Amino acid sequence: MFWQIDNFVLTLVIISAIAAIQIKDMLGAAIFFGIYSFMMCVLWAVMGAVDVAFTEASVGAGVSTVLFIAAVFRTTRRTKD
Amino acid sequence: MKKVSLVLVLVFGLVLVYVLTDFPKWGDPSSPASSHLSPYYIEHSLEDTSVPNVVTALLADYRGFDTMFETAVVFTAAMACFFLLRVLVCYRTRDERLYRHLESGVVLRITGPKRLPPGSSFRRVESPRARFDVVTSKVSRILVPFIQLFALYVVAHGHHSPGGGFQGGVILGAAYILYAIAHDLQTACDRYLERVMFTMLAGGVLLYAGTGAACMALGGNFLDYSVLAPVFQLSPVASRSFGILVVEIGVAMTVMSTMILLYNFLVSMGRCEEGL
Repeated sequence: MFWQIDNFVLTLVIISAIAAIQIKDMLGAAIFFGIYSFMMCVLWAVMGAVDVAFTEASVGAGVSTVLFIAAVFRTTRRTKD
Repeated sequence: MKKVSLVLVLVFGLVLVYVLTDFPKWGDPSSPASSHLSPYYIEHSLEDTSVPNVVTALLADYRGFDTMFETAVVFTAAMACFFLLRVLVCYRTRDERLYRHLESGVVLRITGPKRLPPGSSFRRVESPRARFDVVTSKVSRILVPFIQLFALYVVAHGHHSPGGGFQGGVILGAAYILYAIAHDLQTACDRYLERVMFTMLAGGVLLYAGTGAACMALGGNFLDYSVLAPVFQLSPVASRSFGILVVEIGVAMTVMSTMILLYNFLVSMGRCEEGL
C-alpha cells in the first residue's frame, strides 16, 4: 500500500526487537515486547489482515504484556548477564 | 559460546533469506496457493454458509477441526499451568485477619475467632500493603461493563466483522485483569470463582465438540452445521452461520477462563491471594 508506512513500521519492529533483547531491565524488555506486538499489529492492519491484527492487538500487546509484567514482579528486575 | 551462537544465527538467517527467493511473489495470482483453493473460498463462502467474513467461515466451518483442536490446545495449556503453578494447600502462618476501614484506610489486625460483621464499613483485605485508591477502583468499575459489552459484541458479530471467539475471549479476560489490578485479587476471585472458571474452561471445549457430535447424531458429518437446521428452525445455510456462533461462544468461554486462570496463578505465585 503505502511503502513509506510499511518501511517506517518495519524499522520500528526491528528496533524494538533488538532493544527487547539488549536491554538489561526486564520490565523495559516487557514493554518493548508490547511495542513490538503493537507494531506487528499495525503492519498486519496495513497489509489488510484485520483479523490477525485484532488478535495481535488483544493477545500480543494487551494480555501477554500484563503476564510478562506479572512474571517480572515475581523475579529480579535486572538480568544477571 | 556467544560468538558461536551469533555465527550460527547469521548463517541460518542467510540460508532462510536465500530460500525466500524461491517463494512465489506476494499476491501472485498464478501461485499454487491462490489458483485453486482460495478462489473457491472467496467465491462460494457466502452462498455456502451465509457468513460475510471469509476468515470466520474458513476457521469455524470449512476448517472447523483446526479451530476445535486449537481450543483443545488452549485448554491443555491452562491445565498445564494449573499443575505447574497452583499451590493446592495454602498454610496460613498466623491465624489473623486484616480489615481495612474504607473511608480512612486504617487497617485492623484481628487474631482469633472474632470477626467483624459484614455490613460494617470495614472490608477484609489480604495484606496491609495492598493499596486502595477510590478513583482507580471507581473508574475501572465504570469501565469494566463497557469492555465486557464490546467483547460480547466481538464474539457475536464475528461473522460480519473482524473478531470472533478468540479475540472476544481475550477481551473478556482483559476486563477481569483490569478489575483485579484496580481492586485486589481477592475481590476479583470472589466474583469469578475458580471452580466456575474451570467449569467454563472445560465447558467451552465440550460445547464445541458437542456441537460437532450433535451434527453426527442428526445424521451429518462432524461439524457439518447444516443438519442442525430443524433444531435451530432455520434454513440449512442460515443454520451453518448460527452453528458458527455457537462454537464461537465455546471458544470465547475457554479463552476467557484461560486468561483469568493464567493471570491468577502468575501474579500470586499460585496461591490466588494477594496479587500484584
